[in-house]
Amino acid sequence: MYVAVKGGEKAIAAAHRMLARERRGDESVPELSLEQIREQLSLSVDRVMSEGSLYDPHLAALAVKQARGDLMEAIFLLRAYRTTLPRFGYALPVDTSRMHIRRRISATFKDVPGGQILGPTFDYTHRLLDWDLSGHRSAEKDADALVSGEMDGAVEATQEAMPRVLDVLGREGIIESETSGPDSEPGDLTREPLTLPAGRSMRLQNLARADEGFLLAMGYSTQRGFGNSHPFVGEIRMGEVEVEFTPEELGFPVTIGEITLTECETVNQFIGSGDARFTRGYGLTFGQGERKAMSMALVDRSLRAGELGEEVRGPAQDGEFVLYHSDNVEASGFVQHLKLPHYVDFQSELALVRGLRRDSTDKEESHER
Amino acid sequence: MNAEAMPGYNYAYLDEQTKGMIRRAILKAVAIPGYQVPFGSREMPLPYGWGTGGIQITASIIGPDDVLKVIDQGADDTTNAVSIRSFFARTAQVATTTTTEEATVIQTRHRIPEAPLKSGQILVYQVPIPEPLRFMEPSESETRTMHALEEYGVMHVKLYEDIAEHGRIATSYNYPVKVEDRYIMCPSPIPKFDNPKMDNCQALQLFGAGREKRIYAIPPHTRVKSLDFEDHPFEIQSWDEACSICGSRKSFLDEIITDDHGGRMFVCSDSDFCARRVREQEGT
Repeated sequence: MYVAVKGGEKAIAAAHRMLARERRGDESVPELSLEQIREQLSLSVDRVMSEGSLYDPHLAALAVKQARGDLMEAIFLLRAYRTTLPRFGYALPVDTSRMHIRRRISATFKDVPGGQILGPTFDYTHRLLDWDLSGHRSAEKDADALVSGEMDGAVEATQEAMPRVLDVLGREGIIESETSGPDSEPGDLTREPLTLPAGRSMRLQNLARADEGFLLAMGYSTQRGFGNSHPFVGEIRMGEVEVEFTPEELGFPVTIGEITLTECETVNQFIGSGDARFTRGYGLTFGQGERKAMSMALVDRSLRAGELGEEVRGPAQDGEFVLYHSDNVEASGFVQHLKLPHYVDFQSELALVRGLRRDSTDKEESHER
Repeated sequence: MNAEAMPGYNYAYLDEQTKGMIRRAILKAVAIPGYQVPFGSREMPLPYGWGTGGIQITASIIGPDDVLKVIDQGADDTTNAVSIRSFFARTAQVATTTTTEEATVIQTRHRIPEAPLKSGQILVYQVPIPEPLRFMEPSESETRTMHALEEYGVMHVKLYEDIAEHGRIATSYNYPVKVEDRYIMCPSPIPKFDNPKMDNCQALQLFGAGREKRIYAIPPHTRVKSLDFEDHPFEIQSWDEACSICGSRKSFLDEIITDDHGGRMFVCSDSDFCARRVREQEGT
């Protein structure tokens, strides 16, 4: 008798044990600590926090470890935990103009108040494999890097206030002012379903949680002609900002912590003529996430095509297309659910296709007669 | 998996506020049969596509006195059914069963049990794409308007085109229905074989689409009509074969390939129905 479908429970338990063994790998190799992941795979941790919508480097490191380095799986783990957490209230809006800057560049002006600061970037590295990293680095080398790193840090400590570049343009009135728009009370995508057309706060929330690869491709498509928005990178800044919260019983804001953010503001295609002014795109991620912040700014601006009276010609300008397909936890689940059993549906289709073939054979036979 | 509650999590995983929100959505869905109610779907610890909508509904309505049955493809022992059943056994310490008649809540993917459902039972469907008009009109804003205006021409055109091209309606599962003569509704990807069971059903039928964030419902004793034309009436699948295990000729049969020379056998997709018939035949 056919029994292959029996024993699902045992099979699942066995699969979990195998998974745990594969995750650990060769036991003669020391186990990864969460601290190692947090400190040495920090960009993985940053991405997981951003798309997992939860700022907690320790938990993100745990998720990366548990997911065997599969970042989408780690993002999913973090999301499923986050959704169970209680809400104490909303923090005050973070003020990125008061950021403790570690990196700050503008592509629109040669120099800006506060200067251009490259910071820790891959941008001008030559992508040559560094054989020194393949073994254990000598303690001497690490010490060298540490000392010179600290010296660079000394420059950073003396930083002056760094106004945002777009605020400088804003004072001239040559760029649209950033307003919260008609939806001044921001919604919460994780509590309410997306409704269309979505306001800017909902769109930005969606993009902030969106898959980096998806946003990158969407942003790229606008550059290649599917809805160009003529972007300039007004500014990218990365560093630490304080998060303030007003507890009801105190009545005044207190600092509850510090988070690392990457912010990208683009200066885009101008509108009007006599009163011509540039438009904006905005991108923000937890941690160091420049590629995503830039992509997000491109897509944010593209999604404003409708409101700015531009012709909608590319997928990146179509809110419904972008917002419904940007989430990798949703996308990964639905694509992969195809591997769940579909015997019943397939049996139904088989019966249909066989029926159609039989109909046509019958017809041919009656034709021949 | 152990049967102890999960430390740090609420009864049945979801927090009570979320359950309240989902129950309100369910009430609205029951009040407007066939209408898709948007709800604040949560991320669940199982992936989207694995039944997160159904799981959220079950989590919101289940209590310690309930008896839960979970099926996938009609069977209680498919891996995903096992996994969801153990999820609730673990988070809600709920009694589980494989017997259709014993269950108060039945969560299903892709089938309706063969045994008739009774008053007081709740059938919870897992729904991948809740919008019956989606493959004719990809835009959600458009389809919502079409439902509001009862503008269902495209659906009839699609069915007509099937007949023109194939001589019959070429939809074998997820076959659209009209609920109480108002909303066209997706029955979820059940075979059209199961569609008649939805009509005037004594049990409450709830549909949850987690990723698409929609809940809809068919209250007990509601008219559910599979779409068709007078000259092309709706009909269900039938098999030339009988179940190889219990000999049933009136249940939905799964085809199983037994060798690589075209050998195949047919068995009931509803494992509980099949096992019960075998027991009856053996006189136990």
